[in-house]
Amino acid sequence: MNEILKLDGVGLTYHTETAEIHAIEDVSLDIAKGEFVAIIGPSGCGKTSILSIISGLLKPSRGKVYFNGKELVKPDNSIAYMLQRDELFPWRTIEKNAYLPLEIMRVKDAKRKTDVERLLKKYGLWEFRKSYPERLSGGMRQRAALIRTLASSPELLLLDEPFSALDYQTRLEVCDDVYSIIKSEKKTALLVTHDISEAIAMADRIIVLTRRPTKILNMHLIDTDKSISPLKRRESPDFGKWFERIWRELNNENK
Amino acid sequence: MKTNENFSPEHLRYIRGKKLNGFFITSARLFLIVFIVAIWEIAADIGLIDSFLMSSPSRIVKTIGELISGGDLYGHVATTLYETVMGFLIATIVGNAFALLMWWSESFKKIIEPYLIVLNSLPKIALGPIIIVWFGSGAKSIIFMAFLVTVIVTTITMSNAFSATEAGKIMLLKSMGGTKLQILFKLVLPSSVPTFISSLKINVGMAWIGSIIGEYLSSKEGIGYLIVYGGQVFKLDLVMASTVILCILAGLMYAFVAILERVLLKQR
Ligand SMILES: Nc1ncnc2c1ncn2[C@@H]1O[C@H](COP(=O)(O)OP(=O)(O)OP(=O)(O)O)[C@@H](O)[C@H]1O
Ligand SMILES: [Mg+2]
Repeated sequence: MNEILKLDGVGLTYHTETAEIHAIEDVSLDIAKGEFVAIIGPSGCGKTSILSIISGLLKPSRGKVYFNGKELVKPDNSIAYMLQRDELFPWRTIEKNAYLPLEIMRVKDAKRKTDVERLLKKYGLWEFRKSYPERLSGGMRQRAALIRTLASSPELLLLDEPFSALDYQTRLEVCDDVYSIIKSEKKTALLVTHDISEAIAMADRIIVLTRRPTKILNMHLIDTDKSISPLKRRESPDFGKWFERIWRELNNENK
Repeated sequence: MKTNENFSPEHLRYIRGKKLNGFFITSARLFLIVFIVAIWEIAADIGLIDSFLMSSPSRIVKTIGELISGGDLYGHVATTLYETVMGFLIATIVGNAFALLMWWSESFKKIIEPYLIVLNSLPKIALGPIIIVWFGSGAKSIIFMAFLVTVIVTTITMSNAFSATEAGKIMLLKSMGGTKLQILFKLVLPSSVPTFISSLKINVGMAWIGSIIGEYLSSKEGIGYLIVYGGQVFKLDLVMASTVILCILAGLMYAFVAILERVLLKQR
């Protein structure tokens, strides 16, 4: 089995001075290499917490995470996290922002640097490489953030609602961009989103979570044609069917 | 850069308007100072104000001339400038060092915070007599006074700036496996540069307050000394002349920080 990530009975409890918050009840899942998985669930159910655990930023209270068969205990260079906001450093140019992971990981490898250059060229940011982020539109900034995420040439991408800060039009475009970049770079991706259509348009598989303390409510294999873009997929006849089913599930959960 | 031909007439009009407005502001500024000086001089000349109590621009200029030709000015300026710059530098270094420690260790921050708040609200001049007893009545006391007035605010301002670093960006670096030292150098320090500069600008003013207060309390030399001395022997010309010199020095030091600002912002 070519599985890249495995969560085995992962649970999480937050401790604060005033409360004990059971965020994750029990989540077990396997993700195969090259798969695009979307996680969807009621707000505040623990989606970000799951990504934080996989990224190694948070220790699970129960259960284990395996990455490429090895137990994960700290941030791994082969897992990259893309956050809701682009978090580009305003005092760095676009290329300096893109090189940031290489600096942090102390990668001196010239090949990696050329790889980032290739990404900047291929995805339309080359002529803006000396610009500061404030000069770029929201969509371009998000693309720059994705290239930064890819700089360390990770195997697994964690995407936490990466489009939610964009307006609807840009969102559809960036969604297409990001999808095609991830697919052509042959990465595995785990996307957290609020947006059912976005999940159906992008994912091979959708995991629906319950309310907090969260566990897996249902899983859907989205068997639409993977070679067409997310935007096109929205027009496919099955799209409405999937939307209807998942919407019902979430709606029941929100009651 | 675009040449004029590429601009529409409308845009050229806009640019011209902007330039004219800038010219107007500068001339109005100049006019204001010339006007005040002229009124002051005339009022003193025709006896509308008592030039013994109020001095006059010409008498101030004459006094400054005497100070220069008597060879006294240089020593006074050098003394006060030295005290102020030293107080400013030491306070900036110590204040930032403390703020860094407070960022590094949450516990240290929690322990030290209440003391900072109390010290911040204490009028530093109250410590004057103690300082003189400790450091004697020379430059050391005055430097310490300038330091004291400046250091607490620096610490508080910079500590706030460091802890205001965006949580999302810290998370990003951590997810890349970034160490605390890397977070400090790649993120916390560069993102605090604007606050650092504005704290420098405030510190210039604070250090001047400290050194002049210090000289008022005890000194044999310096601009503050000249002012106090002038007041005691009723030489108001000397008081006014010293104040003008003080304005010029403070302005120059501020301008120096403004140049530093441009250098620092570029090198981030
Ligand atoms: N550091 C923390 N300390 C205490 N409680 C926390 C912490 N982080 C998150 N929580 C709580 O845990 C629960 C799950 O949070 P999480 O951010 O993982 O949810 P989410 O599904 O990503 O939410 P959203 O839909 O708003 O993005 C929430 O109820 C939240 O209040
Ligand atoms: Mg979240």
